[in-house]
Amino acid sequence: MTELGTVAVALLAGSLRVSTPFLFVSIGECLTEKAGRINLGNEGALVLGAMIAYATSYETGSPWLGVVAAMLGGTALGTIHGMVCGLARVNDIAMGIAIMLGGTGIAFFFGKPYVQPSAPLLPTIPLGFWSDASQVRSALDVSPLFFLGIVLALALAWIFRNTRAGLKVRIVGDNADAAKAMGLPIERIRLLTTVIGSGLAGIGGAFLSLCYPASWNEGLSSGQGLVAVALVVFARWNPLNCIYAALLFGAAGALGPSLQTIGISKGYYLFYAAPYVLTLVMMILTVTPGRSLHGMPGELSLMR
Amino acid sequence: MVVFSAAADRDAEAYLRSGAAETAVDTSYPVRRVLEALLVPLVALVLAAGAFSLFLLFLGKAPADFFALVWRGAFGSWFSFQNTLQRAAPLLLTALCVAIPAHLGLVVIGGEGAVVLAGLAAAAVAPAPLLVGLPPLIVQLSMGLAGIIAGGAWIGFAGWLRARRGINETISSLLLAYVALAVFNHIVEGPLRDPLSLNKPSTAPIGDVNMLGTLPGTDVHPGLTFGIIACIAFWVLIHRTSFGFACRVTGGNIRAAQLQGLPVARLIVIACALGGACAGLAGVIEVAAVHGNANASLAAGYGYAGILIAFLARHNPLAIMPMALLVGGITASGGLVQRRLNVPDATVLVLQGMIFLSILTSETFYGRLRWFQPRGTV
Repeated sequence: MTELGTVAVALLAGSLRVSTPFLFVSIGECLTEKAGRINLGNEGALVLGAMIAYATSYETGSPWLGVVAAMLGGTALGTIHGMVCGLARVNDIAMGIAIMLGGTGIAFFFGKPYVQPSAPLLPTIPLGFWSDASQVRSALDVSPLFFLGIVLALALAWIFRNTRAGLKVRIVGDNADAAKAMGLPIERIRLLTTVIGSGLAGIGGAFLSLCYPASWNEGLSSGQGLVAVALVVFARWNPLNCIYAALLFGAAGALGPSLQTIGISKGYYLFYAAPYVLTLVMMILTVTPGRSLHGMPGELSLMR
Repeated sequence: MVVFSAAADRDAEAYLRSGAAETAVDTSYPVRRVLEALLVPLVALVLAAGAFSLFLLFLGKAPADFFALVWRGAFGSWFSFQNTLQRAAPLLLTALCVAIPAHLGLVVIGGEGAVVLAGLAAAAVAPAPLLVGLPPLIVQLSMGLAGIIAGGAWIGFAGWLRARRGINETISSLLLAYVALAVFNHIVEGPLRDPLSLNKPSTAPIGDVNMLGTLPGTDVHPGLTFGIIACIAFWVLIHRTSFGFACRVTGGNIRAAQLQGLPVARLIVIACALGGACAGLAGVIEVAAVHGNANASLAAGYGYAGILIAFLARHNPLAIMPMALLVGGITASGGLVQRRLNVPDATVLVLQGMIFLSILTSETFYGRLRWFQPRGTV
C-alpha cells in the first residue's frame, strides 16, 4: 500500500474511533442546551463514566454492565447539576466547572486501583471481513457503541422535529416566558434533559475506557467533554450535524497517530493540539458577533 | 372645595406617625450586610466539610483524623505554614486571572495555559545571549516582562475572541489552555530542550544567580509578596478607580454600559489581558523561585485551583488572600494526609469539588434570607 493510503486508512479508523465519545457528549449536550441550559459538567460525566465502566467491567466481567453503570454515574452528576441550577441566581457555567472538578475528583479517587489491571473490553463488529489487508480489517473493527450513537442522534433529531416532547423542550429552551404561559414545567423539563444528556456523556466515557483507547488512567479524557460542548455550537444545535462534526473532530484527533504509522513523529505534541485548534477555528468561522446563530436556543446564556 | 374634618386630621396624623415608625433608620444594616457576606460562605464551607466527613465515614476513615492532619500539615508548625505560604503564592495570582474578568461577567478558566506559557517564556529569555552576564535584577525583570506579556497575550486573545467575535470565553480559554500545554510540551521536549536533562525534559537552567531568593527570616520566596501586592492593587483598581467602575457597570448590565458609551469591547480585552498577566506572573515565579527551569512540573494545576479560589472569594481580590491560604493549606497537607490515612491523592480533589458545589449553591441565598435584608430606610 502506498504511504498516502496507509495514512488514509489510519485516519478513517481513527476518526471512527475517536469520534464516538465526541458524538455521545455532543448529542447529550445538544439535548441539554436545547432546553436552555449549559452543562460543562459533561467533562466530569465523561471521566466518571470511563472509570465506572472500567471498574464494573473488571469486577463483574461484563463490559455491557459497565456501559449501563457508566450511564447511571453520568445521570447522578446530571441530577446534581440539574437540581442546583434550578435554584435562583446559580450560574450554570460555574456550576458546570464545579461538577467537572467534582466528577473527575471522584473518578480519580475510586479509580486508583483500576489503573493497572486489564478489564474485559466491549466486542467490535468486524466490517472489514471482505478485505485482505490487515490494516483495513483492523480499521473497520467498529464498536457497536458508534452505531448506537448514530441511532441516538437520528432519534433525537426526529424527536425534536416530530414529537410533542421535542416541541416542549424547544419551547422551554427558546422562550421561558412562553413556556410558562403554556403551563409547561420548565424546571422539570430542564432537569430531565440535563440528566439524560449527562447520562449520554457517561456512555461516551464507557467507550473511552472499554473500546478506544481501552484503558483507564487519569489522562484519559483531557478535555474531550469540553471540545464536545464547543462542537454543539459548531453543529448549530442540530443532532444530525453533531454526527458530521464528531467525525471531523475524530479525524483531527487521529491526525497525529495516523502520521506516526508512516514514521512522521516530529511535532507529535503539536498534532495533539489539532482538535483544540480546529474547534477554535471553527468557532471563529461560524460565530458572527452581534447576531444570534440559526438554531440557537434563545434562553442559552452561552452567547448572550 | 375640600373640607378638613377633625377626624380626617387625626387619621392623617396617625398615618404619618406609623410612617415615621416604618422609616426608622436601620442602623444595624451595614453590620448585617457584612455578616451576610461572611456567614453565607462560612456556613457553605462548614456544610461542605460535613458532606466530606460523611464521605470519609462511608470509607471507614475518621473525619476528625483527617481535619487534624490537614491542620498539622498546613498550619501546625512554622515549617508547614511556610510550605502553605509557598503554595498560596501562585494561587493568589491565578485566582486573580479568574476574578478580574469575572467583574465584567466573564468566566475565564484557562489560567493554566497562561501559567505554562509564561513560565516557558521566562525560562527561554534567561539564557538568551543578550542577557548573559548582566546583573540578576535585569535578567529577572526581563523574565518577568516576558512572562507577563506571554500570559497577558494568551488570555487577552480569549477576551478579544469574546469581544470581537462573540465566542464564549469559558470554552475558548480552556481550549487555548490545551493548545498552550501542547506548545509547551513541544518546545520543552524539542527546540529548547537542555541536552543535559535526561529523565525529565527541561529547558536550560536560568542560573543560580538569577533565582529569586527567600524573604528575610523565612524559606518563603518573594512571589508571596508579589501576589499580595497584586491582590491589593487590583482591589483598588476594581473598587476605587473609574476603570474598575466601568468594568463593574459592564458586568452588571452590558446594555446599560453600551448606552453609556463605555468601550465594552476594549474593557473586556484589557480585563482578560490583566488577568492573564497575573497568571503569567505566577508561571514566572514558579520558574524563577522554585524550579529554575521550565519542565512538566509547571503544569501543576495552579490555574485550575485558582478558579475555585476566585469563586470562594466571590471575585473580591482581598478575600482571595485568605481563600488562597485555605486551598494552599489543603494542598500542602495532601502528602501527609495521603500517607497517614492511606487514601489516594485525589482526596483533595474530592474535597475541593464539594467545597465548590457548596459555595456555588450558597449563591442562591444572597438577598433571600429575611434577617439580613434592610428594614425601613438605611
